[in-house]
This record gives sequence, structure tokens and C-alpha cells, in this order.
Amino acid sequence: MSSDAREMMLRRAALELNDGDTVNLGIGLPTKVLAHVGPSITVCVHSENGVAGMGRLAENSAADRNLIDAGGNYITTLAGASYFDSAVSFAIIRRGNLDLTMLGAFEVASNGDLANWIIPGKFTPGTGGAMELAQKARRVIVLTTHVDKAGKPKLVEQCTLPLTAQRCVHRIITDLAVVDVSSGGFELVELFAGVSVEEVKAKTGAPLVIPHPPAIFN
Amino acid sequence: MRNKLTEIEEAIAGIRDGMSIMIGGFGMPGTPFTLLDELVRQAPKNLTIIKNDANEIGMGIDLLLKAGLVEKLIASHIGLNARAVEQMNAGRLKVEFNSQGILAERIRAAGAGLLGIVTDIGVGTMLQNGKTAIDMDGVTALIEPALKADYALIHAVQADTFGNLKFAATARNFSPLMAMAAGTTVVEAEEIVALGKLAPDEIHTPGPFVQKVVGLRVISEAYDVVRRA
Repeated sequence: MSSDAREMMLRRAALELNDGDTVNLGIGLPTKVLAHVGPSITVCVHSENGVAGMGRLAENSAADRNLIDAGGNYITTLAGASYFDSAVSFAIIRRGNLDLTMLGAFEVASNGDLANWIIPGKFTPGTGGAMELAQKARRVIVLTTHVDKAGKPKLVEQCTLPLTAQRCVHRIITDLAVVDVSSGGFELVELFAGVSVEEVKAKTGAPLVIPHPPAIFN
Repeated sequence: MRNKLTEIEEAIAGIRDGMSIMIGGFGMPGTPFTLLDELVRQAPKNLTIIKNDANEIGMGIDLLLKAGLVEKLIASHIGLNARAVEQMNAGRLKVEFNSQGILAERIRAAGAGLLGIVTDIGVGTMLQNGKTAIDMDGVTALIEPALKADYALIHAVQADTFGNLKFAATARNFSPLMAMAAGTTVVEAEEIVALGKLAPDEIHTPGPFVQKVVGLRVISEAYDVVRRA
């Protein structure tokens, strides 16, 4: 993925955050969304290792050895932040207090199934908190490239990899388009500028419904 | 109130071959590096280690893995430690993966004297394998047994001599839960204060859960901010 495409994905993803939301941004790309959120939007960012109200990443010189996010980055907190233990942290998740989570993916199926934690025999880091985030956040948005490094579609009819959670994904923001999971399968909502419907269709491993002409995101 | 201050050698000496040990910490914060150094020195074998993650190469419980002391690891995520992944793939280390919040809740349940929890997390995934599924008001749910241990090794920012504890920021994580769930809870504290110095309203773990308190004479480099490239 080019840095321009990545920048565009992050800018588009930032538009999904509403003022006042409580959100959890997964390790990797989702963590970087925060830097693209406009000044009029303030969200309470939860990290599963035990903080709600995290701010920007901490400068190295100002890092507090006891204050990280779940990805191991040293962070800062905003006024109004709180710390809690891991049971309380996941109580916040499981009881449905997260308005939104953004996660990465290996595969997303057209019924909303998500696979993002294990590639048997190749990559077995463990689930961390992904299952609970995917299953219990009110809205689940996946941030991923449209195809993998080998050019294989990541949006598929059925996941071939072990699932993180069933029927959990609402929206997918890729480096080409914004695709919703609807009752009729994948639905093309927006195209990134310069991308054609044909390209998205060709790179999607399942039928793509286009109920309205897609909006163009610049 | 009983004085629980203990020398570090004695605090760890009860850990025998084959025991299960909970270790606080999520990544670096809350990892009891000094107690772990002493555990490596005393070197009991075939341990079952219960910790959220496997730290990183050269840090925390990686030293136990490197010394070959661990038979089984119960964790939620080990992706930042290539040695743990390699030992697992080579069949030298058994790893039991739990969803992170379920791991926390299984530990909390043991600490609260419960036999287990009932949850819909993991239904329809690989983590359902081998677990009893039941119907709860029309929802498929799994029975997850409580998880206890012989020992818990915990890092606190402050402790009094009775074992009342305070944790700092995200160094709290699994520590208060594990402190409740072990037969013997050993705490290393950055600062030991006299009884009455910690305000009762501000104590994170009450003293009755704690058996041994070790004062840290130095805060070693292991606790420092990690400078990553």
C-alpha cells in the first residue's frame, strides 16, 4: 500500500468517530486514526490494558514507564482519564459501552464474519482482546488493504481462517473503497478518488451490491 | 496487623517444581522483574506460568522461557516474543490461549471463590473447542472454569507492611486479580510504607489477599522505559 493510500484510509476512518464516542482502536493502523481526527471531535479512547481517556503518544523524553496502550506504545492521558484492572477493562467492552472499535483483518466474509487472529502453522500470536472487541462493540469497522500481499481478496464469501467472531463487522474501509456488510452481502458505499467500480469488483472475493452510485472520497 | 515483610530469597523459596504461578503485568508495566530474577536464580522446573503475554525477548518472563523452566504458558497474546512462539511451534512449550477479558475473569472468579463463569465470548470459534456449551435463555454460552495458582508474583508501586497495595497507571492490569487468586501472593513494592500511611479509600488490593511483601532496594534498568527503534 502506498503512503498516499494509507493516508487516505486513515483520513476516511477518522470521519467515523463522533464527538463524545467511547472507542477502542486496535493495534496497528487503527491506532494511527486518532492523529487524523478533527479538532472539533473529542472521543474517549479506551485501551484494553486499563485506561479510558488516552491522548496522543508520549514523546520518548516524556514517557512514563507505567503508562502504555495495549500495543506497548507509551501514551499520554486527557483530563478525565481513568485507570482500571483488566476485569473492569473488559467489563467496559463486554457490557456494550464501546460505541465503536476499529480492527485489522486477514479475512472478512460477506455475512460479517471476521478472521484476524491466527494463520494456523504460520502466525499464532493469540487473540488478545480481539474476540471481545469484535463481538461486543456496538459498531465494528475493519481497516484493511483490499487484497493481501499476494493479491488475494480479503473480502470473501466465507472465511477460510479460524474466526475471531461471527457476524460482527459493520463496515470495511480499505485502500480502495468503503464497503458495508448488509443483509444482502457486501455493499459498495464509497470509492476512493481514482478507483473504478470494476477494480473494486475484481478485487473483491464475493458479490458486490451497488444500490446507489457510490460517493467519491477525495 | 501482621508484618509481612520478607527477604526475597525466602519469598520465592516455596516455589517448587511443577507449580503454577501467576505473574502480573501487561507488557512491561506491572511485570515483577526483580522477583522474576530471583525465580530464575532458584530455578524450579516444569512451571505453569499464567500471564497475559510473554513479554519481549530478554525481558520479564522471557528469562524463564530462556532458562527452560516453563512447561506450560496460559496467556492471551504472545506475538511480541519470538522465543515463545518458536518454543510453542517446536512442541517444547504448551500454550493455552484465552481471550484476554475471559482470562481476567477466570482469575477474578478464582479469587472470588467462584467455580467458573458463563460467557458467550468465543462461541463459534476455535476457543470453543473442549469447552462445555450450555443454553442460557436461548443464547449459547460456554462454561469457563475459574483459574487459580499456587503463587502470584506481583509488582506494586506502594505497599504497607500488612500488604495493602497501590498500583501505578496501566501497571495495574492483571495484578489485583492475580493477587486474589493464588495460594501465596508475593508482592515486590517500589516503596514500603508504615501502617496507616496508605489512605484506606485509595487501596487497590486489600492486605488480606497478600502473604509476603518484598521491598525493592533498587529499581533496576529492567523497569525503565523501553527505547524502541
